[in-house]
Amino acid sequence: MIKNLLGIKGWAFAGKFSLQRYAYILQRITGLGIILYLLMHLYVTGFKIKGQEAWNSIMQTVHHPILHFFEFLLFICVIYHALNGFRLILAEFGIGIGKPGRQVYPYTTSVDRQKGFFFFLMFLVLIIVLVGAADFYLLPK
Amino acid sequence: MAEKNLESKFERHIKDVTFKILRYSGEGDSTKFEEFKVPVIGGMTVLEGLIYIKENLDSTLSWRASCRMGICGSCGMFINNFPMLACQTQIMDLKSDVIEIKPMPNYPIIKDLVPNLDKLIEKHKSIKPYTLRKEGTPEEIEGEFCQSVEELERYEEFTFCIKCGICLAACPTVATAEEFLGPQALTQAYRYSVDTRDQGYEERKEVVDNPLGVFRCHFAGSCSEACPKGVDPALAIQLLKKTIVKDSVFGKKLENNAKVLPITQENPKKKENIKPAPPKSVE
Ligand code: HEM
Ligand code: SF4
Ligand code: FES
Repeated sequence: MIKNLLGIKGWAFAGKFSLQRYAYILQRITGLGIILYLLMHLYVTGFKIKGQEAWNSIMQTVHHPILHFFEFLLFICVIYHALNGFRLILAEFGIGIGKPGRQVYPYTTSVDRQKGFFFFLMFLVLIIVLVGAADFYLLPK
Repeated sequence: MAEKNLESKFERHIKDVTFKILRYSGEGDSTKFEEFKVPVIGGMTVLEGLIYIKENLDSTLSWRASCRMGICGSCGMFINNFPMLACQTQIMDLKSDVIEIKPMPNYPIIKDLVPNLDKLIEKHKSIKPYTLRKEGTPEEIEGEFCQSVEELERYEEFTFCIKCGICLAACPTVATAEEFLGPQALTQAYRYSVDTRDQGYEERKEVVDNPLGVFRCHFAGSCSEACPKGVDPALAIQLLKKTIVKDSVFGKKLENNAKVLPITQENPKKKENIKPAPPKSVE
């Protein structure tokens, strides 16, 4: 007998499934990304106890265009994670996913009924990210 | 001679489609794809394609099917990388000249396209998929339970489950956590618990409210997309989460008290003044 469990591939690839399945993958990846940032953030701010000089030098290193871009990526991750997380919290309280009813072919499901709200949130993410991009790169500091 | 028979059998022949099937002998752990050319006629399902192969090309090919009408739940397969019922999927609807068929993932393979569904059935049994009563079993009660249409609709769509296991093949959580109860069993836990005739919520809560139970679900929604019967397991699971949170956090228990009417009593809502049926127009 072969086990045939999909394993990591099972959650990391959404294949033909709908956008919400992709959203689920992104939620996990962005969540892990934010944790990674948290660790780096603790490491960097930890330099404060080593005195002013150490702090200045690490601040120099951190003010690098690539790291600045990573900060922007982090910003996108947080916005996406928070808004999509908001959708998941609502869904888990049964909000916005509809009620059970008589199914008539072609069937509609909770996933379909939530799509509008999902698109609305993704639109919000886009707007906030654009505003953020302006703040990160266009507006004078 | 045989050739000729075949041709007449497939006179509405539309095109030839290649079936690319993952073969597994049942021993060891080597699998390989094998290709078969299948002549397609209008309305032909993937299952009929498999039957064609077994009858004409390779009699050793194994799969599981029974009703060939989407009701027994035997023929779930991974068809062009999506879990579907072979008997409910028409070849022409796949809009492809190559059809790749693999056994449903997340289940052990017994042979070729035959998955081992033991776990599914075990999980289903574990949530006690039958009416549990505290105040007298249906047999003890001399009467019948009263249930409104609204009360029926709370669980009706979840009763359509045929235990095909397609939802677990679609589930990204089962993919990494084999012991996760999964959409099928959790849906049935909700289906029975909100049935007004049932009083087993407490018992089922013990089974589903644990790290491998209902809160392991991330609402990726794939079970609902794949379910061939419109059961919408994702909906049932979220409602089950809500029910348990209401109980555990806010102390609002789910309680069912279906009214029992004596069998002899007339329907209380029976309408008066209904016109008699018109006379027969033919004998
Ligand atoms: C406004 C703030 C946030 C909201 C609304 C939020 C919401 C959520 C929700 C609802 C989930 C569950 C998703 C699921 O069921 O699959 C989740 C998962 C997760 N979150 Fe957050 N979150 C927030 C902030 C954060 C932060 C700051 C971190 C990191 C330090 C984080 C890391 C994670 C991780 C690692 C997961 C696990 C993902 C998974 O298992 O798939 N989140 N978040
Ligand atoms: S919920 Fe749907 S996909 Fe899952 S076992 Fe039942 S019928 Fe099959
Ligand atoms: S053969 Fe019964 S569901 Fe397909």
